[in-house]
Amino acid sequence: MEKATDRVKRGLAEMLKGGVIMDVVDAEQARIAEEAGAVAVMALERVPADIRADGGVARMSDPGMIERIQASVTIPVMAKARIGHFVEAQVLQSLGVDYIDESEVLTPADEEHHIDKWSFNAPFVCGARNLGEALRRIGEGAAMIRTKGEAGTGDVVEAVRHFRTIDGQIQKLTTMKHEELMSVARDLGAPYDLVQEVADTGKLPVVNFAAGGLATPADAALMMQLGVDGVFVGSGIFKSGDPAVRAKAIVEATTYYEDASIVAKVSRDLGEPMVGIGVTELKEGERLAGRGW
Amino acid sequence: MRVGVLALQGDFREHAALVRGLGAEAVLVRRAEELTGIGSLIVPGGESTTIGKLADRFDLVKPLRDVIAGGLPTLGTCAGLIFLAAGTTGPSQIQLGVLDVVVERNAFGRQVDSFETDLSVSGLAAPLHAVFIRAPIVDKVGAEVEVLASVGDDPVMVRQGNIIATSFHPELTGETRVHELMLKLEG
Repeated sequence: MEKATDRVKRGLAEMLKGGVIMDVVDAEQARIAEEAGAVAVMALERVPADIRADGGVARMSDPGMIERIQASVTIPVMAKARIGHFVEAQVLQSLGVDYIDESEVLTPADEEHHIDKWSFNAPFVCGARNLGEALRRIGEGAAMIRTKGEAGTGDVVEAVRHFRTIDGQIQKLTTMKHEELMSVARDLGAPYDLVQEVADTGKLPVVNFAAGGLATPADAALMMQLGVDGVFVGSGIFKSGDPAVRAKAIVEATTYYEDASIVAKVSRDLGEPMVGIGVTELKEGERLAGRGW
Repeated sequence: MRVGVLALQGDFREHAALVRGLGAEAVLVRRAEELTGIGSLIVPGGESTTIGKLADRFDLVKPLRDVIAGGLPTLGTCAGLIFLAAGTTGPSQIQLGVLDVVVERNAFGRQVDSFETDLSVSGLAAPLHAVFIRAPIVDKVGAEVEVLASVGDDPVMVRQGNIIATSFHPELTGETRVHELMLKLEG
């Protein structure tokens, strides 16, 4: 019997495909998310919109809060560690967290090095803006990738940009000759063996979700039609007027993403969406996606 | 031969690719009318609570129950096993109740306890490599149910008439024998 193999770590992400992972800050929100049909919840102290508004240092959540969430739902519970903060990750692993998100939404603990994810039994998900970044994280042991998008804005434009960038770079790799791959690996700053694998298969070796700025059922369906495997919704649900109804609608739009009449039906009378911030209104220092490399 | 793959959530594309590799046609099922004309059905791995809620909201529970109870050869893996079963040892959730077993969800623990191992399966000559992810076990087995494989004393693969269900994921390991067994159930 072998535990914590690549197949086992990547396999849980396979089971989450076609689903919605929701940010929650307490057990009550976790129950609402599960009831709405979320495939997993992400436990964190403050949703990204509040982290943005409050400022200060954003850290791993209180273990007591994570345990209360674990006790309140049967679906997988994920939690965030700061980039490079391997002790926060060790703590999350000891709590039995099902996936650790090494996340740019929290304040980075190391500006040079990400966590050595191979040394953990718990699987990791990491954000990426382009193929090189995705393959660096996979090279460090990430078992799932998500777009970084721009968390806490309610503006989907960055998630679209990051997915299209990754997808376009993958398509281009598949058309290249074998001898061209080493210079591509150099330019991407990505491990050569992973570049070769992507060139051969035409896809990332792990599941790729959309995250960062999704706020509506149509946003979720947009990302699914573009070709992501599933979606994370952070502030978009619990910063909206009627979280239970919106959460359910986003789940339904993620399954029936190809059917505009269902997306229309579930989008009706949802109440107030979260108040958005246009990404172009952000100053350079206010962008979370630039954290990590 | 047309194989329907329930495509509400989970790793339905892996199942579809596997049966296409076996020479069958795969049809993704998200609506009741898509059950028409299929010769067998797969309920994939995923989150069983999510699959149950979507099936309920989109009026698939009764049509699925009817076709499976009517004898359609059916394979359920992991969440699929849970969804087909009659009950769980934990909080109640939406289930089809066509397979006369009670399951214990996440029976081996949390994700860090997920594992892969070789299993001996009744009726298969060589062991089968199986991956268990937050996997359920079968806790109580009805009279009509045959246990085909176990981990320790816990059943992880069962058959009842036209239904085969596993706690593990044959669709993730390149293993085709479980799907072949199900396709052979077809009369």
